[in-house]
Amino acid sequence: MATDTTVAAGVDAGGIPDPHVGRGVWWRRPGLFYGVIGAVIGYAIGTWLGTWLAEDNQQVQGLGHNDFAVTLGYLVATIGWLAGMGALTYPLQKMAGLQPHVEHEEERTLGRYFRYTLDHKVVGVQYLVAMIAYFLVGGLFALAIRTELLSPTAHLFQPGTYLEIVGTHGTMMMMMMTSAIIGPFGNYFVPLMIGARRMAFPRLEALSFWITPAAFLVLLSGILIGGFPSGWTGYAPLSVEATQGMDAYLVAFGLMSISMIVGGFNIVVTVINHRAPGMTWTRLPLFVWGMLVTGMLMVLAAPVLTLSCYLTLLDRTVQTSLFNVQQGGSPYLWENLFWFFGHPEVYILALPGFGIAGELLPVFTRKPAFGYKTTVAGIVGVGLLSFFVWQHHLFDSGINADMRPMVMLTTEMISIPTGFIFLALIGNLWRAKIRLTVPMLFVIGGMLNFLIGGVSGVFLSDVPTDTVAHGSFFVMSHFHYTIMGGYIFFFFAGLYYWLPKMTGRMLDTRLGKVHFWSLFVFFNSTFLPLFAIGELGMPRRVFEYADSLQALNVWVSISAYLIGVSMLVFVYNFLKSTVIDDKRPLPENPWGSRGLEWLTSTPPAADNFVRVPTVVSGPYEYGTGAGPMAVMSSPGYPRVPEGVS
Amino acid sequence: MADTKASEESKELTDRDHLRRIGLIWLVLTLVCVPLVIFVLGPHLPPGTDSEQARNQQEDNTVLAAVATPVLLFIWVYIGYAVKNWRIPADTPVEELQDGPPIRGHRGFQTAWIVITSVTVFALFVFGTQELWTDYGSGTGSGSSPVWTPAGYSTNAKDSKLLVVQVIGQQWRWTYRFPQYGGVETDTLVIPAGKTVQFDVTSLDVIHSFWAINLGVKADANPGNNNIAFVEDPSVGPVDIRCAELCGTYHGAMAQTGQVEKQADFDAWIAGQIVLHYDLLPQLPAYADFYIPQTDGGYYDPSQVTPPAVDSGLPPPPPAPAPSSAAPSPAPSSS
Repeated sequence: MATDTTVAAGVDAGGIPDPHVGRGVWWRRPGLFYGVIGAVIGYAIGTWLGTWLAEDNQQVQGLGHNDFAVTLGYLVATIGWLAGMGALTYPLQKMAGLQPHVEHEEERTLGRYFRYTLDHKVVGVQYLVAMIAYFLVGGLFALAIRTELLSPTAHLFQPGTYLEIVGTHGTMMMMMMTSAIIGPFGNYFVPLMIGARRMAFPRLEALSFWITPAAFLVLLSGILIGGFPSGWTGYAPLSVEATQGMDAYLVAFGLMSISMIVGGFNIVVTVINHRAPGMTWTRLPLFVWGMLVTGMLMVLAAPVLTLSCYLTLLDRTVQTSLFNVQQGGSPYLWENLFWFFGHPEVYILALPGFGIAGELLPVFTRKPAFGYKTTVAGIVGVGLLSFFVWQHHLFDSGINADMRPMVMLTTEMISIPTGFIFLALIGNLWRAKIRLTVPMLFVIGGMLNFLIGGVSGVFLSDVPTDTVAHGSFFVMSHFHYTIMGGYIFFFFAGLYYWLPKMTGRMLDTRLGKVHFWSLFVFFNSTFLPLFAIGELGMPRRVFEYADSLQALNVWVSISAYLIGVSMLVFVYNFLKSTVIDDKRPLPENPWGSRGLEWLTSTPPAADNFVRVPTVVSGPYEYGTGAGPMAVMSSPGYPRVPEGVS
Repeated sequence: MADTKASEESKELTDRDHLRRIGLIWLVLTLVCVPLVIFVLGPHLPPGTDSEQARNQQEDNTVLAAVATPVLLFIWVYIGYAVKNWRIPADTPVEELQDGPPIRGHRGFQTAWIVITSVTVFALFVFGTQELWTDYGSGTGSGSSPVWTPAGYSTNAKDSKLLVVQVIGQQWRWTYRFPQYGGVETDTLVIPAGKTVQFDVTSLDVIHSFWAINLGVKADANPGNNNIAFVEDPSVGPVDIRCAELCGTYHGAMAQTGQVEKQADFDAWIAGQIVLHYDLLPQLPAYADFYIPQTDGGYYDPSQVTPPAVDSGLPPPPPAPAPSSAAPSPAPSSS
């Protein structure tokens, strides 16, 4: 049997056979196999139930499609999937008064990466691999969009198919990528960085992950049943009158919102309650601050999304007419509910990135974090303000038009706390020892991209300039600059930085630089022209555009393909460094970081720390003469009790 | 410049020297770029100069671009300067790493930063609000009872001194009604140059958005709601119209070219439209702020909406044929 120190995390598929220890025989316990069976059975039951309930319903017969059957099919399939994975075993045993069997995942087998595992490090790796897969699938849809946009008329897809692709790309990215940083790095590193042995709620953590494959597959399956025409924003009443594919969107987004609530809640409670002795709020790493505020945004904003998806499903199945004007509903209801979630969501897609930038800058400038408290204030301030700005998405909608100056003010005020984060960037670089390693390149590149995204956002916050930009490719380019240019760049920064900790393998530096430079150049060459295309009058989500815009669109499409090539370089590098190459000896702390996560073994042992560390100084005390951040063998704090409950 | 020389040089320089250098580079670039943005790029910025609203939006775009330029330049110059002067080899072994100066913050710099960003933000807010106000909603849809209205506006189309054009979106076409001309409905948009036009935007099915690109007008078309946008002083020429809110399969095909004509040409056009559609006029639903599709799928019930009472000054139309057999516009899609 492999031992702790030689076995890397699950991405090194291949080398390590499942040793089948104890009762670990795969068919004797819940896992992927039973999850799939559960999903199939659940789908059959749900579809049957929906058909039985609503087959003779006049409405269903009039429409020609039964949304009851589809919705119930998806929902019961998801329950079957989770039950098969083992999510319900523990709570059901508890409820039945049985003594639940708690597995101690001492053995480090490959199989546990395919199970309902309670180790936060396993969940982190599961999230990492899954998020990369979701991201690449979403990216393929983007390339399909750009292929259609090579000409100003339809040449590849039917208009309906084109909208399905646009909607699936948008929804895939906006809903799955909410967890692209908090999922892998939040789950993996928050406990390590605050000196905890585990997350507060390991079962909820596993649940938050195992919902994501269900949401992903439900969303993808929408294409098979006609797709949805509404884009990722799903505006009513278009969503109410759409065909069955819409149910896939609503169920998938609703599922993902539950994953967000559960995952975010877990992070928040962990950070508040599970910090090691000495880990005061002013010593909390900036990444953990980013995760904490992101978790809070998820807990507060995502329930509104769950609700909106639920309400639309009611409209589509039991005819509640909440969004239907004829019967007294209002399309504004969806717009308000959706953006009340949707605007905090775009900060759910920004703050984790800021956290990574704040975390990595001191390491690669060898300086204490510049303006630590200002940066924290920036992260918290952005999080707070994000709840007060959603109506800027509705500047032209005619709703509450008198309130526009106030929304303009709150929206523009967000640039003040965002400015704090740039202040930290500026301050950290001052007279620093800057090492342009691959993670640092991604941090600086991400900041430069986010700067353009932020500045273009000012044009959208101002009603007169928003008149032109609203609903055009300008908006599309703006949020790609913040999310792909910022968030995804910071994701890669975190990946290059932390993968050595997670797997004991370093990503190849030369390929990493090729990846960074090609991505940075082609990203900008893709999205910079889109600002112009939008301002010149091309609305979002159309492929019919003025002939005069074709040259620019072709340029953008070619650049987008080159982004795809750049991603292939990354995939090759990732697979090569983690799976193909033999392990090379790697220093315990390849970046010379002071962070607590680097003080434990690589990859960390099952309980993270032999003893709960005592934190004695901040994580960024470079050049101040402070000793290591924590005492790792403090005698006063014995092992925490075994087992999780 | 050799790395060693650069690093030696930077060692000798004080904070003030670095700051002065960065400031100087930034100032020179700003002095070059800001006039370029204002005087070279500005006049070409969208949405052009085809109406008062468009001109003001262009001005607003120019102002924001001029404010953004120094900000972008500062960050770019700073990062470029820092990376060039203060970098060490990325592959420096961990054991040989030296720490930078332990600077945790700088009260003056941080205060200045916060003050400058706050002042800029509030200035932009005041400027934007003032533009929104003086431009009567700046071409955007301002709801059914706009607060900032041009002279001559009246809640009743009949009393309005403005030309009222109702824009009706449906899957997937635009139609236009002219309440001051007997409620005639056309499928192309023609408006007179130099007048102030009030667009009453509404929809029969899903949310659309009426975007007259070069006039600087954008207003969502919501079913069951009237969304008013004003445009002043349009100049003669074509108008590019698109739908700016995803409304279903043929969303992208809701593109049209309208026309701004001289007053005399407009008068002739609208008279021609009335003659052309004379037989259809009685079959149109009475003019209303918006139209509620009936659940039986066919008609729009005028009893649920505000009464029209519009005097067209036309001869009395011929008696109406049997009601509701021919809706003027296709019934909203029920699937």
